[in-house]
Amino acid sequence: MAELINLLLLGMLAVTALGVVFLKDLFAVVMLFGIYSFLSALIFVNLDAVDVAFTEAAVGAGISTVLMLGTLSLTGRQEKMSGHKTLLPLLVVVTTGAALIYGTLDMPPFGNPENPVHQHVALRYIQDSPQEIGLPNMVTSVLASYRGFDTLGETAVVFAAAIGVLSLLGLPKQDRAAIESGLESHLVLKVVAKIIIPLIILFALYVQFHGDYGPGGGFQAGVIAAAAIILYALVFGLPLATQVVQPGLLKALAALGVLLYAGTGVASFFLGGNFLDYNVLAADPVAGQHLGIILIELGVGITVFAAMLSIFYAFASKAERKNIQ
Amino acid sequence: MSVIVDYYNYWVVVFLMMAGFYTVIAANNLVKKIVGLNIFQTSVFILYISMGKVSGGSAPIVAEGITTYSNPLPHVLILTAIVVGVATTAVGLALVVRIKRAYGTVEENEFKDKDDLI
Amino acid sequence: MFEQHFLILPIVLPLMAAPLCILLGQRQLAWLLATLVSALSCVISVNLLYAALDQGVLSYAVGGWAAPWGIEVRMDAASAMVLSLVTAISTLVLIYAKASIEKEIDSSRHTLFYTAHLLCLTGLSGILSTGDAFNLFVFLEISSLATYTLVSLASDRRSLTAAFRYLVMGTIGATFILIGVGMLYMQTGTLNMLDLADRIAQSGPSRTLNTGLAFILVGVSVKLALFPLHMWLPPAYTHSPSAVSAFLASTATKVAVYVMVRFIFTIYGVEYVFHNMGMDLILLLLAIVAIFKCSFMAMAQSNVKTVLAYSSVAQIGYMILGISLASAAGLMAGLLHVFNHALMKGALFMAVGAVLYRTGSVDIKAFRGLGKKMPLTMAAFVIGGMSIVGVPLTAGFVSKWYLVTAALEQQHWLIAFLILLGSLLAVIYIFRVIEAAYLKKPDESAASKDIKEAPMLMLIPMWVLALGNIYFGLDTTLSVAAAESAAQWLTQSSMSVGGGQ
Repeated sequence: MAELINLLLLGMLAVTALGVVFLKDLFAVVMLFGIYSFLSALIFVNLDAVDVAFTEAAVGAGISTVLMLGTLSLTGRQEKMSGHKTLLPLLVVVTTGAALIYGTLDMPPFGNPENPVHQHVALRYIQDSPQEIGLPNMVTSVLASYRGFDTLGETAVVFAAAIGVLSLLGLPKQDRAAIESGLESHLVLKVVAKIIIPLIILFALYVQFHGDYGPGGGFQAGVIAAAAIILYALVFGLPLATQVVQPGLLKALAALGVLLYAGTGVASFFLGGNFLDYNVLAADPVAGQHLGIILIELGVGITVFAAMLSIFYAFASKAERKNIQ
Repeated sequence: MSVIVDYYNYWVVVFLMMAGFYTVIAANNLVKKIVGLNIFQTSVFILYISMGKVSGGSAPIVAEGITTYSNPLPHVLILTAIVVGVATTAVGLALVVRIKRAYGTVEENEFKDKDDLI
Repeated sequence: MFEQHFLILPIVLPLMAAPLCILLGQRQLAWLLATLVSALSCVISVNLLYAALDQGVLSYAVGGWAAPWGIEVRMDAASAMVLSLVTAISTLVLIYAKASIEKEIDSSRHTLFYTAHLLCLTGLSGILSTGDAFNLFVFLEISSLATYTLVSLASDRRSLTAAFRYLVMGTIGATFILIGVGMLYMQTGTLNMLDLADRIAQSGPSRTLNTGLAFILVGVSVKLALFPLHMWLPPAYTHSPSAVSAFLASTATKVAVYVMVRFIFTIYGVEYVFHNMGMDLILLLLAIVAIFKCSFMAMAQSNVKTVLAYSSVAQIGYMILGISLASAAGLMAGLLHVFNHALMKGALFMAVGAVLYRTGSVDIKAFRGLGKKMPLTMAAFVIGGMSIVGVPLTAGFVSKWYLVTAALEQQHWLIAFLILLGSLLAVIYIFRVIEAAYLKKPDESAASKDIKEAPMLMLIPMWVLALGNIYFGLDTTLSVAAAESAAQWLTQSSMSVGGGQ
């Protein structure tokens, strides 16, 4: 049954990808990308990667699509010409694809528990991490502790993206005399938004602190919390949103999150461990691991929330200025 | 037959990757290039997650009565890769917005100066 | 008490300084912090280099988890050498940048410039220090994202298209590396580089591993601008702010060369890459085409930054040529050229940036008569240029010498001849600029302009690099010892793992 669903989803992905290749209407292309992202998230669920599915849905179908739509509102929705050069790209792509197919032919078969991938490093994560780290969610254990250095890098990547977008587009100024703009005539939307936004934020907090036990963690929580404010900005207008969450504050928060993460690592120095060794943070190693993971997940959550929201602010302020002109 | 059962997943993924890759290099519009880049990357994510699957396994969260778990490591790697992907997308799109303002176009064939060709 | 943590500090220091810059929010303070942190990292890196030369290899388990379960930071002579180089250049560039970016970057973005520079440094240090294949990808992306930002900071609108082109090609390259690493992981079940090497040696060649190698090599070739995947480099170096061109030209591509060396020699092993897959011939051909095609391209340019950019692609050809000889001597010559070329291009780009600072142009016409008006800057340019050509007593001569020797050692007469011929081409494009500066009279309009020598803060780092070119041309003890030990270590471990078992 699972195989059948998998096959069906893969088929739908293929159709969506072809749509992206051939369509000229960019609005449709971006929407198809959103669908593509959701379908991939479904595949991830089907392949047992619930954390990844969660993130893909929030990021790919959520943030990326919103940013693409924001860009389209500034650049126009029609691709004017294409097909001016198809031969060379086609040649490159067919060669690359053929190389990949060649590579798959003696790959370990799909799903086989005897594959090398499941034999070596992963065994310890599956067998020992619940005792060593004390968390049921192995993905969180590996992400935050065994490979916590990767995740520190990932936080730095998010911070770097925020720096890049800020330097390119700038942040909007906080407007003290802001009045409601946005969707003026949609009373229903406003009422619904007012009910739903607190719930989204509550959910974000749940995802942040429950990531040790179920799917979720700082990254997903940060994106969801940012989505709540983005929804607010869409319904009530950007100026009002910048009053609620100030752009200057976001910049500082994005920096603070990275510092909190790296600072936790440095704290281990002083307690006699290696960088990011949480065992030394408390008398009991498992309690130390737990404390360390909570701290660094908080750092991730803060940076991701602040970076994603300031990136959205930067795009939205450009779009808004264009509408006024 | 067994070859197909073993590898069909990877083959579809290769097709998806190449669809994205083709869009990146052949598209004329810069936004569409970024969409292509995203499709390309997302397909690579499916490749990784596919290799982490164990038949009959379940999500790597300890639960009673479950003995077989899928491999958590590819999941962790791809979580990181997704974040890298969205970061690149954000910077790329911000560049597109600035290019539109500086040149008045985001269509590759409309850049007049040869130096500006992308 | 920090000594055992030295290995991680060149990554962690700039990583923590970057957000601090944002919190400080004041550009003078940000500059001070960035420069100090970069200098501190440099001191630590040089320390590590001596330790690595002494002990062979240093290792640090991040998070206290032993490899291959945790991520290992690992340093040998090759990584410590390039790391010392990168942190040193970064410090010099930061000193230089203070004056240089005044005229090239809007003052409201100076803090962002320093932040992005520190993030870029974090990424490069991370690539050089890590012993984990996937962790390398993460740091590669940190440095790449920061680089796209740095390139786009210039006020010229062409910097935007240059950055976009770089972003698209760079991301394709990184995704190729991601695919390759995935195939490695799929076949071996591990991501730690040493563990990978062991397991590849045990399992022997397979199609999946071959494809993984091909994808990694193509991806890295994009990052190091190996012909014909170099198209992003000339616009990126031409249109980015001068301080950024100087930094990227002397570090980013060098780090990519290091990544290629690491994958070929440490992970796959010489036996696998060169003997089984015949990659040496492909790399050799591409390198030679790069040297000639891009030297001719460099001659045809009127923008001096573009001349230097094409020259960089040609010089990368020499490094790859050294690697493709598949011998300890060739690898050593390639690594030595990595080191020396950073000194040359750093000095040259800084000199050109000083000309831009004073004249507002980098067209070859703007250089006319500058030999008299900016004597110190142009003298530094001449020294850097001589080093590119490979004139005796400069660093460039030393690396060309070792390259030719390595080629002759294997009786490759033709290759040795081509290396010398390539140097002659460099004479032509470098001399065009020198001729303009010393032998041509400026235009009427330019002659009346009062052009002064560059400010002290720009001259000092420029001259440190220029003198470095002479110092490492005369006294080669440190550079040659480091490159030799690095090459020996890499080929030895590669032989023992690749062929021994």
